[in-house]
This record gives sequence, C-alpha cells and structure tokens, in this order.
Amino acid sequence: MTAIGWFQILLFAVIIALCAKPLGAYIYAVLESKNHFLSRLLRPLETNSYRLVGIDPDHDMTWIEYSQSLLAFSLVSLLFTYAILRLQGLLPFNPMQFSTANAPSWATALTPDLAFNTAMSFTTNTNWQAYSGENTLSYLSQMLGLAFHNWVSAAAGIVVAVALIRGFARRTAQGLGNFWADMTRTCLYILLPICFVYSLFLVYQGVPQNFNAYTEATTIEGSKQIIPQGPIASQESIKMLGTNGGGFLNANSSHPFENPTPLSNFIQLLSIFLIPAALTYTFGKAIGDTRQGWTLLSAMFLLFFAGVFICYHFEAQGNPNVARQNVEISTKTLGDTGGNMEGKEVRFGLANSALFATVTTDASCGAVNAMHDSYTPLGGLIPLLNIQLGEIVFGGVGAGLYGMLIYAVLTVFIAGLMVGRTPEYVGKKIEKKEVKMAMLFVLAAAFCILVFTGLACILNLPEKSLLNPQGATWNNINNSGPHGLSEILYAFSSATGNNGSAFAGLSVNTPFYNTLLALAMFIGRFLMIVPVLAMAGSLAQKKYVPATSGTFPTYTWLFTLLLISIILIVGALTFFPALTLGPIVEHFLMNEHRLF
Amino acid sequence: MQDLDIIPPKKKTKPLFDPLIVKRAGTDAFLKLHPRHLAKNPVMFVVAAGSFITTIMLVRNICSGINHSELIFEIQITLWLWVTVLFANFAEAMAEGRGKAQADTLKRGRKEAIALRELAGGKTESVAATELKKNDIVFVKAGEVIPSDGEVIEGVATVNESAITGESAPVIRESGGDRSAVTGGTTVLSDWLRIRITVDPGQTFLDRMISLVEGAARQKTPNEIALDILLAGLTIVFLLAVSTLLPYSIYSVHSAGTGMAPDVFSLISLLVCLIPTTIGGLLSAIGIAGMDRVLQHNVLAMSGKAVEAAGDVDTLLLDKTGTITLGNRQAVEFVPAAGVSIEELADAAQLSSLSDETPEGRSIVVLAKQHGLRERELSSKEPEFIPFTAQTRMSGVNINGNEIRKGASEAIFKFVKANNLPVTVEIERSVTSIAQAGGTPLAVADRKRGILGVVHLKDVVKGGMKERFLQLRAMGIRTIMITGDNPLTAAAIASEAGVDDFLAEATPEAKMQLIQKEQTGGRLVAMTGDGTNDAPALAAADVGVAMNTGTQAAKEAGNMIDLDSNPTKLIEVVEIGKQLLMTRGALTTFSIANDVAKYFAILPAMFGTLYALAPGQHGPLWQLNIMGLHSPESAILSAVIFNALVIVALIPLALRGIKYRPMSAEALLSRNLLIYGLGGLIVPFPGIWLIDQIVVLMRLAPAT
Repeated sequence: MTAIGWFQILLFAVIIALCAKPLGAYIYAVLESKNHFLSRLLRPLETNSYRLVGIDPDHDMTWIEYSQSLLAFSLVSLLFTYAILRLQGLLPFNPMQFSTANAPSWATALTPDLAFNTAMSFTTNTNWQAYSGENTLSYLSQMLGLAFHNWVSAAAGIVVAVALIRGFARRTAQGLGNFWADMTRTCLYILLPICFVYSLFLVYQGVPQNFNAYTEATTIEGSKQIIPQGPIASQESIKMLGTNGGGFLNANSSHPFENPTPLSNFIQLLSIFLIPAALTYTFGKAIGDTRQGWTLLSAMFLLFFAGVFICYHFEAQGNPNVARQNVEISTKTLGDTGGNMEGKEVRFGLANSALFATVTTDASCGAVNAMHDSYTPLGGLIPLLNIQLGEIVFGGVGAGLYGMLIYAVLTVFIAGLMVGRTPEYVGKKIEKKEVKMAMLFVLAAAFCILVFTGLACILNLPEKSLLNPQGATWNNINNSGPHGLSEILYAFSSATGNNGSAFAGLSVNTPFYNTLLALAMFIGRFLMIVPVLAMAGSLAQKKYVPATSGTFPTYTWLFTLLLISIILIVGALTFFPALTLGPIVEHFLMNEHRLF
Repeated sequence: MQDLDIIPPKKKTKPLFDPLIVKRAGTDAFLKLHPRHLAKNPVMFVVAAGSFITTIMLVRNICSGINHSELIFEIQITLWLWVTVLFANFAEAMAEGRGKAQADTLKRGRKEAIALRELAGGKTESVAATELKKNDIVFVKAGEVIPSDGEVIEGVATVNESAITGESAPVIRESGGDRSAVTGGTTVLSDWLRIRITVDPGQTFLDRMISLVEGAARQKTPNEIALDILLAGLTIVFLLAVSTLLPYSIYSVHSAGTGMAPDVFSLISLLVCLIPTTIGGLLSAIGIAGMDRVLQHNVLAMSGKAVEAAGDVDTLLLDKTGTITLGNRQAVEFVPAAGVSIEELADAAQLSSLSDETPEGRSIVVLAKQHGLRERELSSKEPEFIPFTAQTRMSGVNINGNEIRKGASEAIFKFVKANNLPVTVEIERSVTSIAQAGGTPLAVADRKRGILGVVHLKDVVKGGMKERFLQLRAMGIRTIMITGDNPLTAAAIASEAGVDDFLAEATPEAKMQLIQKEQTGGRLVAMTGDGTNDAPALAAADVGVAMNTGTQAAKEAGNMIDLDSNPTKLIEVVEIGKQLLMTRGALTTFSIANDVAKYFAILPAMFGTLYALAPGQHGPLWQLNIMGLHSPESAILSAVIFNALVIVALIPLALRGIKYRPMSAEALLSRNLLIYGLGGLIVPFPGIWLIDQIVVLMRLAPAT
C-alpha cells in the first residue's frame, strides 16, 4: 500500500462526508415539496406533467397502494424494455443493424431469454449484463430500453427509502406519500440536474456522445480494429449516480471511452456514494434528529474503510507465486502498479482499483474499472462479502439506506431488549410486524444466494440441453476448484443484491443462467422492497414514543459498533460457510502454491 | 409507628432447585418431547427433527454395520442432540414447577370444600363446591370453608383469607357495603354467613388464580412472539446456510478430487450449534419465571403481557397516602408563642395528647419526649381527658384546675377569645406559614395563659423514597404523585419526596384525564387503585395494579392484583418487567455471539480433508482450527456438548433473571453488552477447547 494511494482514498471519503449534509437537506426539501433553488425553474414542468397524466400529487397512499403503484410501474416498464430489445431490429438508431439480417458477424443474438434477463436486470437496478453492449444493442435499446431504467429504477430505490423514512417520521398516519409524485420529483429535481452537468463533464473528459456507426481502424501492426461509438456520456452519468453500473461497453469503466482519465475515475467513484450518503442526512432531518443519520453514516464509513483496507492490502501484497518467480511486484519499489496488477488498468493503479471494487460493491452499483475475477482470493472476497451483507455500506441509491435501516431495526430488537424495554428505534416501537418484515428481507436474500448457487453447483443437465448447452451447470465456469465456486456464488450474490458486477469467468448467456439469475434479481428487488414498504406502513401508524433516559440510545458510538457487529454476525454467519469453500480455501491454497 | 421499610419482607422463598420440583421437571422434560409441544418452539423443533433424523441414520448404520469408531461418534452425537432437546424441556418444566407446586396447594383447598346449598322450601343439601352455580345460596358457619366466590346477603363473620393472600389476620365480611364480597377457598372463623354465589364453576377467583399460577392459561406475550419470529427467521437462515453446504462441498470434492462431503451427522451438528438453541431453549422458561417472580412478590398478574408492559412503563402514578407518605401526619416541630418556652409548649401539648390514641396524638407525645419530657405519673393529678368531637374540633385535658386544649387553629382561637385572651398576629402568621409549607397547624392553648404555640403536623415521606425516585428517573421513569390535598400542600410534599410531578385535588376524572394525556404522548402508564371509582382509570392504565382489599370492580379493572395490598409494590413490578425483557435480550445476544466459536470448531472439522494433497492428510482448511482441537470427531462432539451444556448452565439465570440495577439505558447497555455480548463471543472458545480435552482424555473421540 502506498501513501498516495491512501491519500486518494481519504480524500474521497472526506468529500463524500462533506457532500452528505447539503445534498441530504436538498433531497429532504425536494421530497417534502418545500421550496428550493430549482423549484421556480422546474415546478411548472412538474405540475404540468401531473396534469397531463391525471395524477393528484397530494393523494396520500397507504403502503399497499404505494407498493401496488411501484410494482405496476415496474411490470409495465419491464415489458416495455423487453419489447424494445426484441424489436430493436425494426426500430431506428441502429447503425450497426443489430438483430437484422445485416448484423455484423461478431454480433450476439438477442434471444428471448437474454432479452428477458436484460430487461429484468435493468428494471431491478441490477444491470447484470450477460451480453456485451457494443455487439448486441442498438443505440435506441441502450437509451430507451436501458438508460430509461437507469433513471427510474434509481428513483424507485430512492422513493422506497423515502417511504420508509416517512414511516419513521410520521405519527399515527396511514399514508406514506404519493408514489408518482415522489418518482417525478426525484427524477426531475435530483437526478436530472446532477446528470446534466455530469454528462457534460464526461464529454469534456473525452467520453463519446454521438449516434455514429462504429469506426473501423487499421492498427500500426496492420490488423483491423472496430472502435465502438454511441451516446455514451449521457448513459455513463446516470449509470454511476443511480448506482446502476451497467456499462455501455463490455469493459465498463475500465474502457477509456467510459472512464477516460484519473479525474473521471475519481468523479465516478464520488458519484456512486453521493446520493446514498446524503440520504442518511435526509433520514436524520426527516425524523428531527440528525444524530441518528450521522450514526448510520459513521457505521457505513467504518465498514467501508475496513473493506477498502483489506482489499487494498491483499491486492498490494499480490500473489506470492509471482514473487516466487523472482518477479518484482513489491509496491515499495513499484508503487501503485506493484502487487496484483492482473486485470487492472495501469492508468488507475492498485489503490483506485481496490477503491473502485469496494465502492461499487458497497453500493449496489456494479460498475467496474478492473476485473474482480483477477483479484487475489481475499481481495476478491471483499466485493463478494460487501454484496452479501446486503449492500448496506452506503448501498444502492435508496436501497442502501433502507437496508441499513432494516439492520438498525434488527440491532435495536436484538440488543435493545437488554435495556429492559420493548425495543424502540427513533421513537417507534419495534414489534412483531417490524421483526417479521425485517426477517423476510434477510431471508429473501439468503435464500436466493445460497439455494440458487447450490443448484448451479450440482445440476447435472444433459450435454447440449436446451437449458444449458454446456450440459452440467458447473461446466459454465472457466476456473476449477474454489475459484469456480466463487464465480457461481458471485453471480447469484450480484444478481440477488442487484449489484450487477460479475466475477466473470462464468458463461451466463444460457437459458438456465439467464432465467435463474433474472429470478434472483426479481426476488432480490421486489421481495425485499415489499417488506420494507409494509414495515414503513406499520411504523407510520404507530405513536411516537418520546425518548427518556430509559431509552436505548441509537446515536452513540456504542450503537454504531453494535450495528456493525449485528451486520457482520448476521450477514457473515449466513455466508461464512460458503465463503470458506470459495475465497478462503483458495487463499490457503495460493499460499501452498496451488492456483486455479 | 409504621414500618419504614418500603418493601415488605418477602415471604420465605423456596430454593431455586427444590428437589421435588427438580424431580417433577425431570419427568416433564420427557413428556414434553411430544411433537405437539415441540411444535410451539420452532428452534427446538428443528433440533428435535435433527435428532430424529440422526437416530434413524444411526439405526440404519448399526444394521448395515459400519466401523466401530464411526459408530461411537454417531451414537454420541445422537445422544447429545436429544439431550439438547431434553435440557430445553427441563428448563421450561423447572420454570413451571414452582407455580405448579403452588397450584397444587390451592387445588387441595378447592377440592375439600363441601357446601350447604339452600333449596326451595327452606331445605338444604350438601354438594361439592365445584357443583355450585351462579345465584345459588349457601350457608357457611364458623370453621367452614367458603365454597365459591359470592356476596354476603346475611350475617357478619370474621374470615381468614390466608389461603389467597397469605395474610393470616382475619377480616370482617358482612352483608351490604364494601365488605360484602367473599372469596372461595377462604375460611369463616366465627359466626356465620349466608352467601349468594356470583360465579359459575371454574370461574372463581381461585380457579383463575390456579390457572395463572400453573401457567395453563399462559399465552405468548407480544414481545415473546416478536422474538420467536426473529429466532425462527434465524433458524431458517442457518438451515439454508448449512443445507446448501452439501451441494457446495459436493462440487468442491468433485473439483478437488480429495476429501469427503460432510455426512448428515456433522451437518446436523453444525445446524444445531448455529441455530439459537440457547435462547430458543430458555425463552419460555424466562417468561414463566418472570410471571413466577411477580407471584413471589404476592402479585397476581392476569397476563404475561401485563408484566411485559410493566417493563415499558414511562409514567408511574402513585397515590400519596400509603405509597409516598406514611399515611398519617406526624408532629415535627413545636412553634411556641412569644414569652412561652418551647418546653412549656411541649409539656402542654403532651399533656393534652396523653389519651389521644390517634397517630397524630401519639406523634406529639413522641416529639415532646425528644424535648426532655419523660412519661409522667398522671393518676395522682386526677386528670380529666376531653375527647375530640366534631363540634368542638379540639381535644385536651382538665388538670390541676387548668384546661389545656389542642385542635384546629380556628377552634382554639375561639376557645381563647372565649376566655378573653388575645390571639396575636405572630401566632396567626405561624399558622399560615405552616399551612403554606404543606403542613397542618395544630394550636395549643390553656385557659389561664391563652395560646401557647402551634404544633407543626406534617406528612412524613417514607424513608428511602427519594432515592427510589432518583433511581426511577435514571431509568427514564417519571413519577406523578396523586393526592386529594390542595395544590400548595401537594407541591410541598412532592418536592420533599422528589417526585417529578403531582396531581392535586385529584378526582377520578382528573386521574383518568392524566392517564389519557400521558398515553396520547406515547407514554405507558402504571397505577394502583382500590376503590370502585378507580376502576375506569385502572382499566385505562397500561399496568393497573388493584389492591386485594379493594372492591370487586377495581380488581376486575386492573391487570394485576396485589394480594398484600401494598401500593409501593408497583415499583417492584416495573423492575421485574424490565428484568424479564433484559434477560431475553441478554440470552439472545449471548446465543448469537456463541456462533462464531462454533464455526471455528465445526467448519475445519467438516472440511479438514478437502483439497488435501494426499488422502489421510489435513487439507488447508484445517488451519481454521484455531482452538487446536484434537480431531474432526472431537471438535464436532465438543461443540455439540458445549451447546447442550450452555442451556443447563444458564437455567438458573433464566429462572432468576439477570441482575438488575437501576441505571440509565446507556449504562445498562454497555454493561450487559460487555457481559453477554463480548462474553458470548469469547466464552465458547475456552469452553469448547476444555470439552475437547476431556472428550479425548476419556477416549470418547480419537485424538488425531
């Protein structure tokens, strides 16, 4: 590890911490429909759009109405994207003529299962990609089919978090707000202004924004190279800000067209954590006690630092088997290009790669600037574990906060009894309903990740079967041994966690994986959102219990540590056995000079 | 003087492990293996199901004849898994044991009673008490047991109610008025009663008491249900984590070409060790023991919910008289008039009070003694005592030709003026200042000298109450004193006692309003009451403790009945409620924290040979055996044994409740977290290591 590396990591953290309050306060103003600096400019647009589609923004929805609206909206937009993908051959903005008879020879066919998987992936804010953007999708599919979801799925995550915040903040109330109004406000006042500036910045840094056909170039060596083009900058900004992570290009943020400079890399990192960090402040402000928000943020920061430290440490150590060949890999001599540089961009180096891997999996972003598959076993364990903990370290926009709040509720319930009162969190009693919903939330994730991985480990399909042409489902992995298990485990963790990054090394574009992963994404999104909204509904109906000295204080360092312990114990105990057979044993084997 | 102790001396409690109870619990532990009973507890149900599966596998393996050492291992695992279930059953049976023993005593009283039922036409017949119906008329005479709850319609008698209250002093029961209610199971000591039965069989107070004590009517409390959901959820999570290990290890073994996928015995062992068996096994015992602890304080809680609510109470409404103050005014100061020495005043006051048997009068005598006045010989002076009457509103003595009087200031002023002596402004000022300080002024005068001074009578706050309220405040509980006094007096006593607030000139309506105001603010309210006009408030309060001496209406409105009728006990009830919740939280935390060590025992044992370079060698994952356990078999066995023994080791804690000291939530949390959280994390490491040593030493498992 190097000083300059840590300096960048710390600088990153400081900027995030500084942005939390102003942006959080702004988000609060937007969602409570108060006046703010953009309201005069954009308010007419907002009110007219309500009038256009006949929405009463003041209609207060119960949790059931809120959930129904969200599910209906997601279903319709899922079908919409599926249709666009399937029909892209007939639609405009398709200079490379994908899905037509004139498609280039290297193009991937957009099969029904791939289209379904992709539509599900973007609807659920996962952005798992079983395809390469540049040889599968037309520009229209990218913009209208996918980028559209980058906006609304991010907004959906934020409004669910806001509904939960209102559940805590409101007293003996039935409603959680209006889903349509919340969605509109989030897109219009939060995502749009930031992305507008952000996209222009990326263009300035060198990200393409055009509708050109791909450029064919001849390299110095005389070989032919096809250089993709497209409206990349506009999609890149929301990809990062909305913790979507689905790259326009296959190489994602390690491609110079998506992430051209160290500066763009730094800004991309910041834009992942920007909104999730701010939402903790929004929470504190809404419930009238900002200390509560800062406490959640401090727990997030501690878990983030622990993750980035371990990841950076093991990447900087590199693979002892390389050093054994008398190859100099020490960071002492090579700086941030020493250690384990396999699968990493030299222009970013170790620190920025380790930071990116940690950040993108702390949040449910899933964009990558290096290949997680090539990380050292324990360096790669961090992204995997981050996802499995539920992406609550900052987390996806909205999803991170509501996940963290679920853990806060569990912490208060488990440990809060020790003060001799029915547990309370920010003035709301935590009772049967809340515990039930929190456990459903935890169970949904555990079930998907563990059971689906188990299934893929042993499902012995016949050779050349329709479901999986490779036959047995474990044949799709490129690496044997523990690394192969990690690849399967990572895929289902990433899908369930709606992360979307991949360990790669697993051929997932088969009907079996496309369908099962789509199912995991569905469960990981909606079977977790519905319990959250149910909990919000139950909390909103409750009376406010004023805090006394007999109340379990949830704004202290003790609580922060307790919260982290519960996250680690509940999260890690669930996945530790699986991880033992994956990265952990791989680490031991690497030290015994056995590689996979 | 009344006893200054706040807490009545507890009745002799039975030891925790009464041999009789232990014996019965041992039998019950086996009876509780019935699936219907196990199904109530998701965690233990999974353990029992696991034990069942290993038993079947064991039988199969015995029949197919596997090798000797493996068999020994499998037998032990199976046994210890069953023992785990039995230990949990035993804990519950132990908790129920004390109540059952008490219920047996109560039942005996019920069975033996024979009633003399009146028939139409003046005839009577003998029937068993259990056959009596509502509106039957029975005749009970001295020495007989009252067969059922009823109302006296004729007669006056002394009744011994110790069967219910434990208090042996007899009480009077008579027709009409507040003392007409009688309880079945109590005994008439003298005279006779004609009683109209007011309940149907099976509904009597004694029946209800028996079912409550026995735990037959026990329902899971809200918090217990929530915790059950959490534990069931965690159990499913671990079920997923452990069962999916099988496909992962099949893949790993296939890929590595060495090692073996774990067998059913190790997988079930891991599962049982991971699911929260400690709290799962002790949860119902904690609840039952909490109810029992309330009962040991002679409080009958109508539901576990009420006890739990007591822990959540934010506001205590306490009646001033009897709870905060001693109930009687006491003389605390003599304020002599100008030109009168304090001894002279004390002497006169004492003389006038010698025959005054009221507590106030006695306290004047006591205070005078402190001014150096000994008991005197009075008979020689032939005193004539003048008793207090409502007309004169004073009392006193005629002695040696003088008339000494004490009484309400206006009455004494009138007496003095009648003797043509003046009432000075200074005396009037003393009277006012005493009244303003919340005291009662009592003027003393004689016929010759006029006014001698004023005695300051004051409500005396019970010793230790101030500290008690301070502790309550630290726990976040507000105390509100309820009194019929005027606001001035109330404020003075409130500040002296250290309560947070007071309600003066309290009427039942005002009390009710106060409760509603507190509840709208999200606070839980506890109160005590005894009168019929307390009933609505008792019903509205979250915890309403009715005094057993109170009216039937009050007893029915409250959710607890204090058999000792001691209003101060409300504070104890609150503490028991808190202790109950704390014990649950502590054991839950302990149980979950335990899992970390168990992973480090069982996982290396399970996967010790995976990726080994050669058969028979340890694979890389044996490095996770950080406790240095001997062999895979000894490691798994030790973890399972530890898991079972922890349940037994914690039975006393579950029954007694964790130690409770009043302090702020933050301090409590740090303390309990250190003991049960950190302790729970650390303790299993040496624990499992030690068992491993013993197991190997006894050759119950191979050493390598």
